[in-house]
Amino acid sequence: MLELQGASVRYGGFTAVQDITFEVPDGQFVAVVGPTGCGKSSLLNLVAGLLAPAEGSVRTGGRPVTTVNRDCGYMFQSDALLPWKTALDNVLLGPVLRGMPKAEARNLALQWLGRVGLADFQDRYPHQLSGGQRKRVAMAQVLVNRPPILLMDEPFSALDVQTRALMEQELLGLWQEQRATVLFVTHDLEEAIALSDRVLLLTAGPGSHLKGDHTVDLRRPRNVVEARFMPGFSDIYERVWSGLREEVMASYTGRRE
Amino acid sequence: MVAGLQVAILITVIVVWEVGTNVATGPNRFLVDPFIWSRPSRIVGRLGEWLQSGIILNNVFITLYEALMGFVLGALVGVVVGFVLARSELWSRVLNPFIQVLNALPRLVFAPIFFLLFGLDENSKIALGFSLVFFIVFFNAYQGVREVDRNVFNNVRMLGANERQMAWHVLLPSALTWILTSLHTSVGFAMVGAVVGEYLGAARGLGHVIAQSEGNLDATGVWTGMLVLCVVVVVVEVLVTQLERRLVRWKPQPAGELLTA
Repeated sequence: MLELQGASVRYGGFTAVQDITFEVPDGQFVAVVGPTGCGKSSLLNLVAGLLAPAEGSVRTGGRPVTTVNRDCGYMFQSDALLPWKTALDNVLLGPVLRGMPKAEARNLALQWLGRVGLADFQDRYPHQLSGGQRKRVAMAQVLVNRPPILLMDEPFSALDVQTRALMEQELLGLWQEQRATVLFVTHDLEEAIALSDRVLLLTAGPGSHLKGDHTVDLRRPRNVVEARFMPGFSDIYERVWSGLREEVMASYTGRRE
Repeated sequence: MVAGLQVAILITVIVVWEVGTNVATGPNRFLVDPFIWSRPSRIVGRLGEWLQSGIILNNVFITLYEALMGFVLGALVGVVVGFVLARSELWSRVLNPFIQVLNALPRLVFAPIFFLLFGLDENSKIALGFSLVFFIVFFNAYQGVREVDRNVFNNVRMLGANERQMAWHVLLPSALTWILTSLHTSVGFAMVGAVVGEYLGAARGLGHVIAQSEGNLDATGVWTGMLVLCVVVVVVEVLVTQLERRLVRWKPQPAGELLTA
């Protein structure tokens, strides 16, 4: 269980998110949508323990989050691979940092590189890989730790549409095996619905709060491309979009209420 | 094409030099004064003598030893101090003005102090090289640690790194890349420290050979010393480039061929 209870984030005098409360049961895939700059990333950083709430509390697995949350894997929006390590060394880093013997970590990392389709690229440095391949390595790097909670901050936003669909599908496949709790931040509503069990809608910042909580009851296992044509998809889309549209307009004009 | 032109320029200079110093324009007057410019053939002759007696190799090794020690010590202390100050907000602010002043000062003026402190043998030259290398490496290490990519830093933190692991896997490599970009400059400065130190006062080394020739009004000796120095510096430069290639294999190579300074 992941719980936020009245959590707020402030940067100096600026309130990014205000009084957020929600619970996520184990194994649920939750998408967080909202206009740009609404504090979606702040939310992830709260759960990750990279940021302390100004008010309220954050708990995962029944424990309050006070420091870097070791139950979390975090996939960042931009490249966060270590440029001086090969694909293999990047993936085995997590287990080694957590105390696994190098040889064992190596085997595990090789297994994961294979799982994301990069077995032949283990000795490449990040700059020798394409954008999509780098994302795959990043995904393996995070998932190899088998985190019970997976935080993803617009992980695929920099990819072209086709690669993106492939990566989304791959993520769903891996998630299906691991059943981690996922918080997936995106501003792409289609992506949010196609992937998730539930969509949380944040209002435009500053002081953004939770505005909507929508269940996505499309059947699983899903194909991300076909999900968009499933009956029910457009219903959900319209429901969330009607709420999101106002917020997008508000953030666009810079004023609300 | 390029190589051909380069060879042509070299040959032209040498020919003009050789011929010019042989063409008399009057009694004891030449187109190019051999008293100052010596003459390529004389320089080659002197080089042959030096190599035969083996005396020059000894001096080359002394100079290389001083430069190497100056570089290693300067780089080592530079990395450590850069690292520590980059991690300590308080001390970096406290020491900042002192470092700026020391860095602004032309370090060669320390030479007299180093001679008094360490005597006229190798140690004072090592100290001079150290004082030149330290600041370059220090600033780069400091910058490298300070400007470590926020994303990479947070990523590795989330993957489970503690402070020590963070230093080893992220901060040090980040600092090293900055230091490596200045490798050519700092090795060059270590050579400057050694040679200038010897030139100012020493009993051995390439700088001493040049200074001694100058004292004897022996232009041929000065030029031959410079020629040897050129060869040594080029060899060192090639070695540094090789080392650099090995150490930053992970870095994207620049798309075009860049001119190296």
